[in-house]
Amino acid sequence: MGIFSKMKLGLKKTRESIFKQVRKLLKFKKLDEETLEEIEELLITSDMGVETASDVIEQLKEKSGDYDSPIEALKDILNDLLKMNHTEPIVENPPLVISVVGVNGTGKTTTIGKLSKLFVEQGNRVVLAACDTFRAAAVEQLRLWSERMGADFISQGQGADPAAVAFDAVSHAKSKSKDIVIIDTAGRLHTKHNLMEELKKIHRVVKKVIPEAPHEVLLVIDATTGQNGLVQAKKFMDAVEITGIVLTKLDGTAKGGIVFAIVKELGIPVKYIGVGEAIDDLKPFDAAEFVEALLGTEELEENEV
Amino acid sequence: MFENLQEKLTRAFKSISGKGRISEKNIKDAVRQVKLSLLEADVNFKVVKEFIKDVQEKALGEDVLSSFTPDQQFIKIVRDELIRVLGEKSVPLSLSSKPAKIMMVGLQGSGKTTTSAKLAARFKKEGKKVLLVAADVYRPAAIDQLIQLGKQIDVPVFVGDRQHPLKIVTKAMEEAIKNIVDVVIFDTAGRLHIDEKMMDELKKIAGQLDPDEILMVVDAMTGQDAVNSAKSFNEALELTGFVVTKLDGDARGGVILSIRHVTGKPVKFIGISEKIDGLEPFYPDRVVGRILGMGDVLSLIDKIQQNIDMEKAKKLEEKFAKNKFDLEDFLEQLRQIKKMGSIGDLMEMIPGAPKEVDLSSGEKNLKRTEAIISSMTKEERKNPKMINYSRKLRIAKGSGTNLTEVNRVLKSYDQMKSMMKALNSKKSKFSKLFKGLPF
Ligand SMILES: Nc1nc2c(ncn2[C@@H]2O[C@H](COP(=O)(O)OP(=O)(O)OP(=O)(O)O)[C@@H](O)[C@H]2O)c(=O)[nH]1
Ligand SMILES: [Mg+2]
Repeated sequence: MGIFSKMKLGLKKTRESIFKQVRKLLKFKKLDEETLEEIEELLITSDMGVETASDVIEQLKEKSGDYDSPIEALKDILNDLLKMNHTEPIVENPPLVISVVGVNGTGKTTTIGKLSKLFVEQGNRVVLAACDTFRAAAVEQLRLWSERMGADFISQGQGADPAAVAFDAVSHAKSKSKDIVIIDTAGRLHTKHNLMEELKKIHRVVKKVIPEAPHEVLLVIDATTGQNGLVQAKKFMDAVEITGIVLTKLDGTAKGGIVFAIVKELGIPVKYIGVGEAIDDLKPFDAAEFVEALLGTEELEENEV
Repeated sequence: MFENLQEKLTRAFKSISGKGRISEKNIKDAVRQVKLSLLEADVNFKVVKEFIKDVQEKALGEDVLSSFTPDQQFIKIVRDELIRVLGEKSVPLSLSSKPAKIMMVGLQGSGKTTTSAKLAARFKKEGKKVLLVAADVYRPAAIDQLIQLGKQIDVPVFVGDRQHPLKIVTKAMEEAIKNIVDVVIFDTAGRLHIDEKMMDELKKIAGQLDPDEILMVVDAMTGQDAVNSAKSFNEALELTGFVVTKLDGDARGGVILSIRHVTGKPVKFIGISEKIDGLEPFYPDRVVGRILGMGDVLSLIDKIQQNIDMEKAKKLEEKFAKNKFDLEDFLEQLRQIKKMGSIGDLMEMIPGAPKEVDLSSGEKNLKRTEAIISSMTKEERKNPKMINYSRKLRIAKGSGTNLTEVNRVLKSYDQMKSMMKALNSKKSKFSKLFKGLPF
């Protein structure tokens, strides 16, 4: 099984109930109004949003004639929506600073735990910065991850100024020649002006040590998120320079369709996906695989064609 | 896109004159608009379809009130129906056992631990003795999180062996009984509804505790999948209700309608801040505008409605003063009452109001009453005393009813008239209560 096996497993149930119809529908050569409407409904049910879904349908109408089967057309269209050239974080002039941001409860700290595993395994020396100084025991949660991963841990305890912690961590990494710093920020709703200002301040202070930092700003979005995900991405983008999305909790039944809208509207690439709670459950994002998993088309290819 | 549609709709409103009855054709725009708006708010697709279908069925054929366009009236009906579906009142916790047990469940990161502490703080404020129980042994530092929150609000936190949820909750109950605690709140680990092993654990805990309340904590930003998780949790645990968190953001919160629709269980509280005091009882009427969107249209509708009500109330008041309350006013009266709820309830609230008056039949049979009154001549409506046997026969025939029905209407009218008289004469006592009411 491919690297998506876990996600596939999770997606299986809904995929079968919801996308079985798509597969059935698309086996037909002709796309009549009713079929198209049904496909649109199914796309909306993935949280893609009405606008993006109708856009996909328009394209499908236009392009399906050029393919042997409409499902191939649909796959290509969805793929194109998600496809963006992007690079995985590369350490050129260490330390590379990665800031992880997002609204409350999306899985930032867990994602950081998984990211550090990835980086440590690549032979990097990692520093974790406990800048979520607001939520109870968030510092402790990150400390546990740093212990497990053998990463350095920089903290000033709960209630400390997060910008000061970030400054500390980046300075520490620079002077001790560490490779990567990952900053864990507190979950914040994009509607809270003062919290967004606080985030900007963290980044400003980091720049004092390394002008190009943070090199990566990853926005963590929960796959269960509905249309608010697009608003979140917009607002976070306005505040800081988002370089990529991490889409978490794809091991559930939610399909994370909101990333289609985010990539399409805002042009931010999806870089990683979270497919479970275990330390290994973070995968680099692959558009084609994501679409296959979403539509459940690999079975179609195996069994029905 | 949203704004655009709203503009379009407002323009559409202006071009249609508000006459006739609601038909599928004359509310097409509004139906589309409402559907889109609900989808934008993240109400589940199937739920939107079913909800709109129900409302449409109810609305079709209804008279369009003057001053409203069919579209406007339909949206008004949608709003009223939304309030009805979400439950008209806020539903309080039902805590009968001693100690009372509340179990918090939900997906990862929805806000269970924070909400547990918020609830504990609320009970403590009411003077109750509370115990928090940390039954999330999986997520790193989850226990510490609850301990810290407990410290903040000065509520003890039971942690037991920090390893076995079932043992922890059992021991916690022993402790609670020993210390004569009033309310025990169990914070469980976040989990996926499709994780059978973890769902099984919850079932076992619930079986062991027999909680008074099992509350599922749901993030207001959740999209289409909320119906799946809510349904699964409800099927596994027989939830008693929901807490919807993070409503301090700008998510439209359509999830509230979705989860209510698929489980029938009420939302009991909402989370409106990260802080400990950020928890409020849920009042449906305060969120329908947010879920439905269409703010401009709704406030326009409210304005029109207010005007209608005020004008009518004023006219009726004048008529009473002159003792000129006729059958047409009576019909209007019934219509207004129907909108406000049962007159029986109303009378209950007024000390010293005559209790014997039976108007319930008049309310129930509004449609027939309307038919009967509209089969009368203008003269008869103005002066009901002139209605004799042969006139009654004609009216019954014309309205497709019988003499008993006609008599019933006339009797109700008499009763209301005399009740009004009585109330009028006690004006000093009642006038305040009746201000704003349509009589
Ligand atoms: N703004 C806001 N944040 C909230 C609200 N309720 C909870 N949070 C935040 O949401 C995040 C997750 O809350 P937790 O209480 O840890 O959620 P949980 O369900 O216990 O999470 P797990 O135990 O990890 O599954 C935290 O950052 C909380 O501060 C709310 O009503 N408004
Ligand atoms: Mg928790």
